[in-house]
Amino acid sequence: MKFDPREIGEVLEMVLFRELDIRAVTLSVNTLPAMRADAAEMLEALEELLTPYLSRLRPAVEKVASRLGVKIVTVRLAVSPASVMLEPLGKAEAAVELARRLDQLAEKYGVDMVGGFSGFVHVGFSRGDKALSEALPEALNTTSRVAGFLNVASTHTGVNLDAVYKAAEVVMSLRPEAAARFAVTANLPEDVPFMPGAYHGLGLPDAVVNIAVSGPGVVEAVVRSLPNADVRTLHDAVKRAAFKITRLGELVGREVAKELGVYFGAVDLSVAPSPKVGDSVAAVLEAMGLPRVGSPGSVFALSLFVDAVKKGGAMATSTLGGLSGAFIPVSEDAVMAAAAKEGHVDFDVLKSMAAVCNTGIDMVGIPGDAPVDAVAALIADVMAMAVHLDKPLGVRLVPVPGGRPGAVYNIGGLYGSVPVVDLKAPGPVSLVKRGGTAPPGIERLKKG
Amino acid sequence: MDYVVVSVLGADRVGIVAGIASVLARHNANIVDISQTVVKDIFSMIMIVDVSKADVDIATLRKELEEEGRRLGVMVAVHHIDVFRYMQRI
Repeated sequence: MKFDPREIGEVLEMVLFRELDIRAVTLSVNTLPAMRADAAEMLEALEELLTPYLSRLRPAVEKVASRLGVKIVTVRLAVSPASVMLEPLGKAEAAVELARRLDQLAEKYGVDMVGGFSGFVHVGFSRGDKALSEALPEALNTTSRVAGFLNVASTHTGVNLDAVYKAAEVVMSLRPEAAARFAVTANLPEDVPFMPGAYHGLGLPDAVVNIAVSGPGVVEAVVRSLPNADVRTLHDAVKRAAFKITRLGELVGREVAKELGVYFGAVDLSVAPSPKVGDSVAAVLEAMGLPRVGSPGSVFALSLFVDAVKKGGAMATSTLGGLSGAFIPVSEDAVMAAAAKEGHVDFDVLKSMAAVCNTGIDMVGIPGDAPVDAVAALIADVMAMAVHLDKPLGVRLVPVPGGRPGAVYNIGGLYGSVPVVDLKAPGPVSLVKRGGTAPPGIERLKKG
Repeated sequence: MDYVVVSVLGADRVGIVAGIASVLARHNANIVDISQTVVKDIFSMIMIVDVSKADVDIATLRKELEEEGRRLGVMVAVHHIDVFRYMQRI
């Protein structure tokens, strides 16, 4: 197969100078066989079950990265929902022990994060869900690699307002570093490679590899090279770039799955940003012709970007999955973070943008003393959007102790610096205290 | 056949091609294609190299090529041909 130097040069520019890399290789493992009615026995069985996978995971990823010459930024593990593991135990203390054991195993085997400390409570709380929700604050506050979520809404069943309120209480009890590992979600798919949304879905085989790609810098460069192109031409160029980005994910996924001898699950088409300069989705939107992300035109720009990413990505992989849209996590995207700090991006802008992407409200700071009802109400807004638009959305808020709107809290690493944004609640939002589950929308009836 | 793309970029000077090629030859890696340009004193070279009979793995070869690159004051990168095959061909 012959390549001309221009083709080779284009790929080299992407991987060497435009931050094109694989954001995450996430190994998803069914841990339900380790369920026991005794906590100590469960932990022992879990370790026995996971060790053969974990001992091979990082070496396999490093081998593939080295052979191909491609950077793989994080290596992650997703386990079955902890709430299910906890059904026979039903105790918060057992849940905390489970989180700590997962944390220790991750550290021991060089796994950056473990997802699945999670529960599905979109209609109500089971015994295991109760143990999990009670344990979430301590479990996340005392670990560093464990991630989880509460799925509180779904198109099929509506929005569980009691669960929304409980989730808001959890958020407000977390230190900032722990809050970055907890999301409140709706309609979460089973094969998400991104944290904190990753868990091992009930429809999956025992082990699968899911891939998260990155590379907004590649798209930004393409957009900047076309300052006078009309939007259809721009869309086509973004689509072509997204195809190439996703192909790299497809290649790495196949190779890692082969190396580990497990099923290749999914490539998440979402082009993940990072706080590094030149790795920002918001910068792509600005390059399209916005004075600042958050300004009028932002929803249109994001919609153009998401559509092109999906269409280019869909051609590049037949194993698409996860969230597959666009991420605009505020602190994890340097340009989003700056715009939020300047006041151009607030919760209203983020809600509008969530209508056309799959992030929801992600990695935004709130004052550490924010009232729980206002936080719950914001979560409820996003959950309602997810249910009515029939798609996954999440909320990941970071309470910053002593933080006032405009302040910035630095978590570091891929999380970046979290700007604190005003919740703008003029008084108590008593609506969220009514409780109960809002019925599913008419969308549900279209599905039969 | 197991091909890698060796790319070299940096300020032009005597001995870049020789230096890189000697590392490849030492490890029995066969250069199957080479293209090289110098624009405004910037040297750029792309080599397609068959490593299927090489006596070291790609990681070791990359390490040695990068060391040679440092000695020559140029940047050297090594990528498997699959990366280009996946991204540039349907």
